[in-house]
Amino acid sequence: MTVTPLIAGDIAKKVIRKEPLFILDVRNEDAFKDWKIEGESVQHLNIPYFDLLDGVEHILEQLPTDRPVVVVCAKEGSSILIADMLSEEGRNVHYLKGGMKAWSEHLEPAKIGDLKEGGTIYQFVRIGKGCLSYMIVSGGEAAIVDATRMTEVFTAFADELGVKITHVLDTHLHADHISGGRQIAEKTGAAYWLPPKDASEVTFAFKPLEDGQIIAVGKSKMKIQPIYSPGHTIGSTSFIVDDAYLLSGDILFIDSIGRPDLAGLAEDWVDDLRVTLYERYRALAEELIVLPAHFMIIEELKEDGSVSEKLGTLFAKNHGLNIADEKEFRKLVTDNLPPQPNAYQEIRQTNMGKITPDIETQREMEIGPNRCAVR
Amino acid sequence: MNIANVLDAKGLACPMPVVRARKTIKEMETGEILEIQTTDKGSVADMSAWAKSGGHEMVDQKEEAGVFTFWIKKG
Repeated sequence: MTVTPLIAGDIAKKVIRKEPLFILDVRNEDAFKDWKIEGESVQHLNIPYFDLLDGVEHILEQLPTDRPVVVVCAKEGSSILIADMLSEEGRNVHYLKGGMKAWSEHLEPAKIGDLKEGGTIYQFVRIGKGCLSYMIVSGGEAAIVDATRMTEVFTAFADELGVKITHVLDTHLHADHISGGRQIAEKTGAAYWLPPKDASEVTFAFKPLEDGQIIAVGKSKMKIQPIYSPGHTIGSTSFIVDDAYLLSGDILFIDSIGRPDLAGLAEDWVDDLRVTLYERYRALAEELIVLPAHFMIIEELKEDGSVSEKLGTLFAKNHGLNIADEKEFRKLVTDNLPPQPNAYQEIRQTNMGKITPDIETQREMEIGPNRCAVR
Repeated sequence: MNIANVLDAKGLACPMPVVRARKTIKEMETGEILEIQTTDKGSVADMSAWAKSGGHEMVDQKEEAGVFTFWIKKG
């Protein structure tokens, strides 16, 4: 029987369309528990490859025949080996080309909406890691917010639309993934904007984001307005785009809020986080569509694979926005925090330009979920 | 430490380091120690998980200049 590779994009589309899928994950149990391919229509079986080297006959009855079976491992080597063994036992199976590394790197673009002043805003969903990036296109130009290190996805997308990238912005100094912002700016000649309070140690030139300033894209009237919104980091900045969208970075997510401990001491930034969420955001129009820098669980994806919600709805439904007692809030965001993202200190150093790991090391550093939220 | 066998798995990608280690240890006696050298970062977690699953004991391990060395006692 046959073994056919599936690329990460094939699996992402199946997850978004909720097509039935069976994942035989042959990584070790800790790796599987830590992070895996998730989806409402996805079933899993985790058996490490080293427990299958004597034969796969004993697991055949656990593998369904009414849906695609995909063997998955970290890079792909072990999954090909096990897929071949299953094929010899008469099964049609797939393996994930490039393994979980390719899954972690895949970006799926989604159109969020048209802009009042002309143009469109797109979201790039990094489905394997939960990162969300944005491209705001207007008047023949584009601004990119919170770009991942897979920079060619953004530059190719802009080329296809026939627009010039003129601004690249990061809402904060990221700790869970390596920013592609600086590289895109260098490649295209665009301005690279960072919050100055997050960038005190960076080794390269950037334009400082300041509260209340206006960043224009193209010749249209469409504007990006930075709002200083500390709490996840001391510099965290949100953007209001076209008076309709609130790019909230790692401050506010769909069903969770930002954690304050990844760039210093949680205790120091709890008050900032509280003021940002309970005062600064409260003062904004409830009609704004919140576009965060992460999703946490696959259920946050809408039918079309995108992630967004009205600010007013989040004020009503997001638990983190509804804790009246300040002590209780402090407890939520400082006690029992989830583990920190993999290699988060090295990722911060990379984003400051202090270290320049090779591409293989960068991939290793980004393995696993983003873990930027508390719920 | 009484090392009975040394396996050079440097330069090999997953799953080969574990496949080779498994084959080598099969031919050894219970209680003997196998030394394995690898360069694949993924082998660090996998070697421990495989040893545990196979009933062997990870006696020690170290990293030096990009080379991972494991000492596994056959169970």
